[in-house]
Amino acid sequence: MDALNTFFLGFKEKFILCFIDDKRWEWLVEGFLNSIIITVLALLVGLVVGIILAAIRSSYDKNEESLRIRGGIGYHILRFLNAISKFYITVIRGIPVVVQLMIWYFVIMAAADDIPIAVVAFGLNSGAYVAEIFRGGIMSIDNGQFEAGRSMGFSYFQTMVHIVIPQTVKSTLPTLLNELIALFKETSIAGYVGILDLTKAGERIRGITFESVLPLGAIAVIYLVTVVVLTKIVTVIERRLRRNER
Amino acid sequence: MSDNIIEVRGLKKHYLGGKVKALDGVDTNISRGEVVVVIGPSGSGKSTFLRSLNLLEMPTDGTINFNGTNITDKKVNINLHRQKMGMVFQHFNLFANMNIIKNMTLAPTQLLKKSKAEAEEKARNLLKRVGLEDRATAFPSQLSGGQKQRVAIVRALCMEPEVMLFDEPTSALDPEMVGEVLEVMKSLAKEGMTMVVVTHEMGFAREVADRVIFMDEGKILEEGTPEEIFDNPKCERLQNFLAKVL
Repeated sequence: MDALNTFFLGFKEKFILCFIDDKRWEWLVEGFLNSIIITVLALLVGLVVGIILAAIRSSYDKNEESLRIRGGIGYHILRFLNAISKFYITVIRGIPVVVQLMIWYFVIMAAADDIPIAVVAFGLNSGAYVAEIFRGGIMSIDNGQFEAGRSMGFSYFQTMVHIVIPQTVKSTLPTLLNELIALFKETSIAGYVGILDLTKAGERIRGITFESVLPLGAIAVIYLVTVVVLTKIVTVIERRLRRNER
Repeated sequence: MSDNIIEVRGLKKHYLGGKVKALDGVDTNISRGEVVVVIGPSGSGKSTFLRSLNLLEMPTDGTINFNGTNITDKKVNINLHRQKMGMVFQHFNLFANMNIIKNMTLAPTQLLKKSKAEAEEKARNLLKRVGLEDRATAFPSQLSGGQKQRVAIVRALCMEPEVMLFDEPTSALDPEMVGEVLEVMKSLAKEGMTMVVVTHEMGFAREVADRVIFMDEGKILEEGTPEEIFDNPKCERLQNFLAKVL
């Protein structure tokens, strides 16, 4: 009994040391909120970048042949934009995101505030992945749907808006939400450049208290619970989409 | 000006820089009210020919005049001309995310700026004509192949086209459903619709066609009335082809 008592007493003391003293729990709250803010804003940046890149890439894929035969400046512009998009996606996907983050922090945006840097770095990174998700979604729709729209007299743009894109939303939304979850976990490296995210908050507590188990345990549980909740939401949305299929 | 609705001159479609010649110089006219059936072995270029007429395939060379306008000219807005050319595909290509009535009213409301009520009334009348008025709110996935193709035909008719292009409309159907689709096409022909039909249904060609075109290796090898083509074929290739399919 004594041993158990000592353990609990020790636990209580450590808990107070780690989270209550000097209101250290506030770091965790602030860090968690920063992680969420960075994730959400970066995803928005990623969506904008991703939509633009996917629009260029799939327009090129779908119109390359007819534009090439017809010639003209439009073909060369689209070809150029497509090459840039491809280059962007290759570069972003080929460099670890932590390296990208440090390049933004120490080189490109050295004078800017912490959180905007993280939003830009994670957002531009995510954009490359979102672009491929959207492009995959568009290319997975049977080309007959596209041809049927064009054969009725819809322009390329109208066909995409009325017929193709509504059908891709269903197939890409779950993948997109999974990208959000991955992004949330990825932001845990923001501490590399001194941003107080959830991981950094835990590290800060560990550095002061020399306690490892409780702070690391706490942030691990917070990440886990958040991811489980987000996953649950994805599952519900997926099920809804499937039910609406008919 | 003759009453040719479509005039095709020197139409070529080459792939791989000329190594593959899907169309190798096709010349023909289609006059208003005429029913032209295109036959030939697979790979003969007959589908490419049909799909070139509304520029779903961009020809490498040659011209297509539709209602006196050279639609291969890159200054021409092809979308406006496509509104007057209905197309029916082998795989139906009904818009999977819309019910039948929406499939039929999308183009008239968006492109012809018809009111929703007006477009729906026309759509319902056409559905009644093909015996599917009770399926108006069904989704394409709930219909049989024959039903889908009948809807695809009346969907094209909603735009009040001047010519209907059929790309192997019965090739993807179960045998017992071929008849119902051919019936609709026959009644359309009887009403004086200009039709270009690529098909393997020789019975249909013989019964309905004003003119039969036999294609092979991207060229028109022989054309004439059904009697000339089926009862008195001149070229050897056509004789061989008919011996195999009849």
